[in-house]
Amino acid sequence: MEGTTVLGRLTWQPADVTGVVAETPRATTIAFDVPGWAGHRAGQHLDVRLTADDGYQAERSYSIASAPDGMHIELTVVRIADGEVSPYLTDDLQPGDQIELRGPVGGYFVWEPPLGGPLLLVAGGSGVAPLMAMIRLRAAAGSDVQTRLLLSSRGWDDIIYRDELERLNGNGLTVVHTLTMSQPPGWAGYARRVDAEMLAEVGPGPAERPLVYICGPTPFVEAAAQALVGLGHQPEAIKTERFGPTGS
Amino acid sequence: MSLPAEIRAQDLVARGVLRDDGYSASVAGQMPPIISRGFRGRREDAPPGRVPPGQYVTRDFPVLSAGPTPHTPLERWDFTISGEVDEPRRWTWDEFRGLPSEEITVDIHCVTKWSKLDTVWQGVRVDTLLEGIETSAEYTVAFSDGGYTTNVPLEDLTGGKAWVAFSYDGEPLQPVHGGPARMLVPHLYFWKSAKWVRGLRLTPVDEPGFWETNGYHNYGDPWREQRYWGD
Repeated sequence: MEGTTVLGRLTWQPADVTGVVAETPRATTIAFDVPGWAGHRAGQHLDVRLTADDGYQAERSYSIASAPDGMHIELTVVRIADGEVSPYLTDDLQPGDQIELRGPVGGYFVWEPPLGGPLLLVAGGSGVAPLMAMIRLRAAAGSDVQTRLLLSSRGWDDIIYRDELERLNGNGLTVVHTLTMSQPPGWAGYARRVDAEMLAEVGPGPAERPLVYICGPTPFVEAAAQALVGLGHQPEAIKTERFGPTGS
Repeated sequence: MSLPAEIRAQDLVARGVLRDDGYSASVAGQMPPIISRGFRGRREDAPPGRVPPGQYVTRDFPVLSAGPTPHTPLERWDFTISGEVDEPRRWTWDEFRGLPSEEITVDIHCVTKWSKLDTVWQGVRVDTLLEGIETSAEYTVAFSDGGYTTNVPLEDLTGGKAWVAFSYDGEPLQPVHGGPARMLVPHLYFWKSAKWVRGLRLTPVDEPGFWETNGYHNYGDPWREQRYWGD
């Protein structure tokens, strides 16, 4: 059984906000210390709960973007203009604040070095968050598992973790960007939505039997997963995580 | 997970999972919620009693699946009831669609927090599929194209509580939402309503399915907020 390491009940735990950093105009990374955090596996998510002063509560799920690292956790949240929770997380939270988290959740969409590779990671926008946890874990563990990340963003300034990905590129990790809406002058990379031809060029191909992780909005995941199956990848080797605008 | 909460907390401290510094109190659920200054929330104007704890109402229809969407041609589709039965049953698509069906209007609740009210489906009652079947089984495992499984006690599928649905909102059920046919078990979290369902296996013992072995609650009652192991 590919179970989680959850022991007993997942309870709401106080989390101290230690940092709030704008990644892109729309995405913000919030760092927390969670005393007593039981640890997580790269790819897992957690629940966030906000409580208003009259007791009204709202909960949402977010992927964990940081590699397992003691009680330290990072979430990358895209601000949804008419969202209920994300504007509060991105606009109002400040270092020193506390909110409640519970997790980690999910034992399927996970990668750890013993699972090996090669890895094909395909992300749409903030869908890169759980894949970044895998990339960061891979780097922290000194793993040289052959890894390709195909990251689809709207434009150059919308690429989440752009500088860090540039630093990590190499040593078996290849980062490929596609910019779907606007491209900087002289851009020679992909400038369209992810499709079968792009996935075939990025590889690894089905013959290399990569472990595939796809995360992004539902239409993005549907298209990428369908294209990979069409290229001959085994459906069982393709793990998906989807979110919609209501995942705010 | 049948241990009292206090013992579990001690157990977690003993394993070094929790620090013994007061935060372990939260394991027993004793901590009051933290108030988020300035947070007001959206306050859906949903009718009282319609939305389970921790859920919010959406008008979209989000999708949650663990892998690629299967596309099984109808001529290769069948639905079987197997396992602890006197004799396995099998329906082709045409046979299945020839069974009596009904329109169902229900609220659905996904463990990822969204609820959708007054969704309209067309489907065949599981009671209809089980008619005339002799079984001593108390549990079922729904199995699907793509390998997905989920376990539901048999009594939760009978008595007009569950359907095999083939239409949503007046249209054939789209593959992304589980078409050609999916389970509809609206009184449990929606992962219990297996997409791309191909049959039910009746079992004498409870066999946790895909999400149930990956951290999610074995039964999944949204009104008791049974999301995860131990809830």
